[in-house]
Parts: sequence; structure tokens; C-alpha cells
Amino acid sequence: MISRRKRRELGSTAAIERQYADLVPAPPERDVPRFGHGSRVPGWDDAVDIEKDPAEVPDPASTPVPAPLRAEIEAHMAKYPDFHSATIPALAAAQRHHGWCSPEAIWQTACVMRLTPGYLISLATFYDMFENRPVGRHSIYVCTNISCSLCGADELYHRLCTETAGDPNFNVRHFECLGACDIAPMASVDGVYVGPIGLDEVPELVAQIRDGQPPLPDKQLRLRQSTDPGAARAVAGAADPLSPTTGHGAPMGGEVTGPPAAIEHPPLEEEDDDE
Amino acid sequence: MSHTMLFAGIDEPGLNTLDVYRRRGGYESLRTALTQMTPDEVLDEIIASNIRGRGGAGFPSGKKISFVPKAQVDKYLVCNADESEPGTFKDRELMQKNPHLLIEGIVIGAYASGASRSFIYIRGEYAEQADVIQAALDEAQAAGFLGEDILGSGFGLSLVLHRGAGAYICGEETGLLDSLEGKRGNPRLKPPFPAVQGLYQGPTVMNNVETLMAMPHIIRMGGEQYAKIGTESSTGTKVVSVSGNVRRPGNYEIELGIPSRELIYDLAGGPPEGREVKLWFPGGSSAPVLTGDDLDVPYDFDSLSKAGSMLGSGAIIVVDDSVPVVDVALKLAKFYEHESCGKCTPCREGTRWTVKMLERVDAGLATPMDLDIMASVQEQIIGNCLCVLGDAMAMPIGSMVLKFRDEFEAHIEAARARNPWAGEEPPDPDPVLVQGSVDA
Repeated sequence: MISRRKRRELGSTAAIERQYADLVPAPPERDVPRFGHGSRVPGWDDAVDIEKDPAEVPDPASTPVPAPLRAEIEAHMAKYPDFHSATIPALAAAQRHHGWCSPEAIWQTACVMRLTPGYLISLATFYDMFENRPVGRHSIYVCTNISCSLCGADELYHRLCTETAGDPNFNVRHFECLGACDIAPMASVDGVYVGPIGLDEVPELVAQIRDGQPPLPDKQLRLRQSTDPGAARAVAGAADPLSPTTGHGAPMGGEVTGPPAAIEHPPLEEEDDDE
Repeated sequence: MSHTMLFAGIDEPGLNTLDVYRRRGGYESLRTALTQMTPDEVLDEIIASNIRGRGGAGFPSGKKISFVPKAQVDKYLVCNADESEPGTFKDRELMQKNPHLLIEGIVIGAYASGASRSFIYIRGEYAEQADVIQAALDEAQAAGFLGEDILGSGFGLSLVLHRGAGAYICGEETGLLDSLEGKRGNPRLKPPFPAVQGLYQGPTVMNNVETLMAMPHIIRMGGEQYAKIGTESSTGTKVVSVSGNVRRPGNYEIELGIPSRELIYDLAGGPPEGREVKLWFPGGSSAPVLTGDDLDVPYDFDSLSKAGSMLGSGAIIVVDDSVPVVDVALKLAKFYEHESCGKCTPCREGTRWTVKMLERVDAGLATPMDLDIMASVQEQIIGNCLCVLGDAMAMPIGSMVLKFRDEFEAHIEAARARNPWAGEEPPDPDPVLVQGSVDA
């Protein structure tokens, strides 16, 4: 039994993690880059001067914005009844252009949208997909949520981290559920869902990303066929596949087609009405 | 028993293009609705179908639309495609493979509710899916299924695809609305509900992807016919995502009301060889867990809530007996801690507390009394926040502590035995850490 005092002394999670570093597997050491002013968030030293007013809407005359970025942001603003709605697409465009939500990216977006930089920073720090520090060009999001971690996603994440360690072109992150638990453990490589990734495939995957090739081409999600046995059957059975093909009592039983890749579609011409 | 409706022929090559979709009878329900029916008749069919929202809350969709005021104001329809509930991936597959069915459903839903503008809010991580939908949107626009005067009916609708940027909270309907308005995705106080005052302060109908995709089928079959599928209070088919420790994870479309065992064992193949189901989440990670004893509960809204859980988003996560329950709880709590938007104190602080306490359990620093404290933290969260994110952590964690208390206690004992300096004076703690200012 540990005394109340001891527990209080150990109360913080960081302290526990430090004491039990050998029991609790620690994530691989990664340097936290800091800016000149010591903060992890760029531009925050601008406002610490209490004499200074918060940044205002940037002056177009002194804020040059690249023409393609301006055009993209203005196109987004035109889509919505209220231009504020375009802030997330606009920030995403700026991030694509600059590589991260850098002060220039924020200021340029603010200039085009006529908003304060502070408003945009509040968004860029809220949403996970906005990067608030310089990152590698290739983003690898590894889903480490519950379904994927049951299938070994934590090992995959650690392996990817060690495999790409020291390479500034990579941005490996563990992410909230990416909505692809059927291919667990999986990763989103620059927006392309890949999985299930075996630990032995990690070097191959990293090499492919380095060379600019499509990641694990035969394991991409878009190629995956539905696992539902009814999905294949409906194509085979009906000229009007919109109609339900298995009635209330249709035998479906334990007979389930094997792996999804095994499902073969008959040629479309052979669709005849045998319902 | 699987029952194919939304999944019918979903793997047909080229289904995401307009040509293939129309060859298979696509957009015919839209034509029927817009040219032969009034909006009220369409709404009556949706009400008669008794379809309940597929996003998580299970609110009757027809009733939701009927709450929209009839006044002549700008009304909106928002399709919630921010599918971020852990374990859920049904909308992803449906959208990616059959985007035109979603567009058709949105136009029908908008026609029934009188909306003139509609939006699809898709989560930012779904980059490939967003491209597929955008291509389908452009095709539908060019073919006259969107825009002004659709099919000569005089009804016009604009549809904008809006990509999010990664926030679980934006799947909550009012959080989504704030995000769509260009703010941080913080939930709003309800009432007023979005149907009365939502996007840009106008009446807004919000539906999940799967609900909207059922609309063309409801119009085609007729609401009463649709209501005959499933059970009396849970009508229709449901696409269920089964994942975790099962042999064939994937999406399975079922008729609501089939035994859960059939879903987990017959369709998804059950847990790997030699393992048993220890616990399962019937409706995404937010649902209170059920154990292997509950496998015969019929899979529908009412039976699951009677069993003490919920159908939620229809995502089954199976955990087999090789996984410690503390690991599952800690994983969950960390996720909700990260995703809490911070607006309401019980959720912001409660999720953080829970993570800390579970870490202590895992490190052998807890006592069984801590389990009681943890359970009471969960009780303090439930019902005390603007949205249900906090509840979504509190319900499963609370149910795990309740149902697996023995295992939690055993875990504490085992971890304490491993404790390298049990009974000794701990090393001098870092004075900064003692003040508790570091891990905030």
C-alpha cells in the first residue's frame, strides 16, 4: 500500500512515466522543435508584448499572396453563403502551398479572407490535420485507435517511427480512428489508405514513399472488395440490382465467401433477370 | 441474415460513374419523387418507413424533417459524413463505391424538407473519398440532377462538398455546424435544435450518409414496404461495421433484429482460433460494452438498449480474451481525452482524470478505491455537458469497471507486484512535477 503522501508526490502522469519507463513502453524519442522564443507554436512571441495590440487584418499592400493560392481561397469563399465557412478549406490550401500553417500561410490567408490572423490560428491549433510546425512532405497517419491497436497498430507505429527516424521528409503521426478498421492495422500515406500492413512490409513501404512510388499498390483500400456476401450475389443475380435480392428468409447461413479478393464479377452483359 | 439493399452490387466496376449508376436504375426514385409527388407526400413516405437515423442517436428521420418550420426562409440540408466514431467505416465504403446514391438521397431529402442549399461535411482524412464524391457531384451537376430546376420540377438545390480537418467532435451535429460555419468545432447549447435554428441560424436538416442513402430505396419501395423489413421499431437494413479480433472484419448489411451472434460469428467469422469473445462494443466505442454472455441479444435499437447498451453508429468492435481490459479502457480514454473540445468542464477535466487514473491502475499505483473514484467521475460526466462526447467515454469505461471489476483489481495487484520499489521510499520527486504544472 502506498501512502497518500507518496501518491501525491507521484501524482503527475509525467512522474509516473519517468519512474516506470521500463514498464510502460515509451514512444520513440522525438525532438520537439522549438522556435527562437522557446515556444512550440510559431508567432506566439508576437503577442506577449502587452503594449502591443493583437494583429489586425493584414494590409493587402504589404502582404504579397501567391496568385494560385489567392485564386484557390477566393474560389472556396465563393462556394458558401457566408465566406467564413471557407476558412478550413482555405487553411488547407495554404498548408498545401507552404507545407505547414506557417506565419506566412496564416497571414496570407487572413489577408485574402479579411480575417484576423488570431482567428485563423485558433482554427489551425484546433484541427488535427493542420500542422503548427514545419513537418516532412510525406505525412503518414497511423491509426492507433482501438480496433487497429487490437490488430497490432502500436507496433506498426513504432516500427514506422524507427524506420523513418532522422529523415526530415517524413511526418509520421498516430491518429484518431481513420475509419478503416477493416484493413487494420493501416496507415494513410499522403491520403492513400493502405492496409493491412505487416511489420515486415514497413521497410518496403518506406522505400516506396521515398522513391515517390504508390505505397504498397496491392494493399490499397480502393481495390478492396466488399466483404458482405450479399454484395457479390446481387450483381450476379439481377438486372435491377437496386432491388433487394435476398428476401426475408433467403438462405445465407454460414456459407460465406472467402477473402474479398476471391469475389469475381461476371461480365456485365450476362446480367439477366432471374429473380 | 444478411439483407442486401444499400450493398446491392456495390462492387460493380464503375458504379461511381453516372453512366453505370443510371444503367442500374439510378436517379429513377428522384424522378418519381420530384415529378409525381409533392414534398409532403415524400415526407409521408419517409415517416411511414419509420427509418431511424443511422448516425448514432437513432432518432426517427421523418420526425426530424417534420420539425423544420414551413416558413419561407433559407433552409439547409447537411449530410454528416464526418464518420469518426472508432470502429465505424460503413459510410466510407458506401460513399467511395456508390456516391451517386448519396447525391440522389440528398436531393430527395432536401425536396421533402424544402431545403435549397445542401452540404456534405466529409472528414478531412477521407481524401480519396472526397475526390470520388466531387467527381460524382460534377457529373450530377452536368446531367441536371443538381442545380436549378432539377428534372423540370422547378425545385433547385445546390450541393457543396466541405472537407473537415480532423476533429472527432465535428461528428456531433452542432459541432459540425460550427465547423461548417468556419469556427472551431464546439457544440452548441440545445435547444434550439438544428431543425429550427442550425446552419447560418436557418432551419437545418442533418442526416447521416447511410440514412440519406436509404431515401431512394424508400421512395422506390414505398415507406410501408420498407417498414416491413426489420423489427417494428427498428425498420430497414443497417450496414454494420465489424472489426477488432474477428477473422473477417468488414461491413455487413443486415436486417435489423438478427441475433448478434450471427453477425459476429457467421458473417464476420468470430474471434481467431481458440479465442473467445471477452467483450464487444455493439455501437462504436461510445457504447457501453457487452460481454460474451450477451451475444444472443437481437441486433436492433430497442433490444440493445434493453441490454444496457446502444446500437449507436452500428459498429461492432470485438475484443477477445487475450486482451487485458485495462488496455482497452486506457486506449479509449486517451482517445476521448485528445478529442474533447474543452468547452464543458466535466468532459474536459473528466476525460483527463480518467486517463490519469487508468495510467495509475496500469502502473500499479492504484487501489481498489480508485476504481470507485473512477466510476464516480464517469457518473459526474454523464448528462452534464452540452454534447455527448464525455458520455461517450464515461459509458463504456463505467460499464467496463462494473463488468470487469475483478480483472481491474487483479491488474492492480499484478502491477503492484511488479512495482520496483513497493514499500520503499520513492526517490525525491521533481519539485516542479509535485506542483502538478507539467502535464497540464
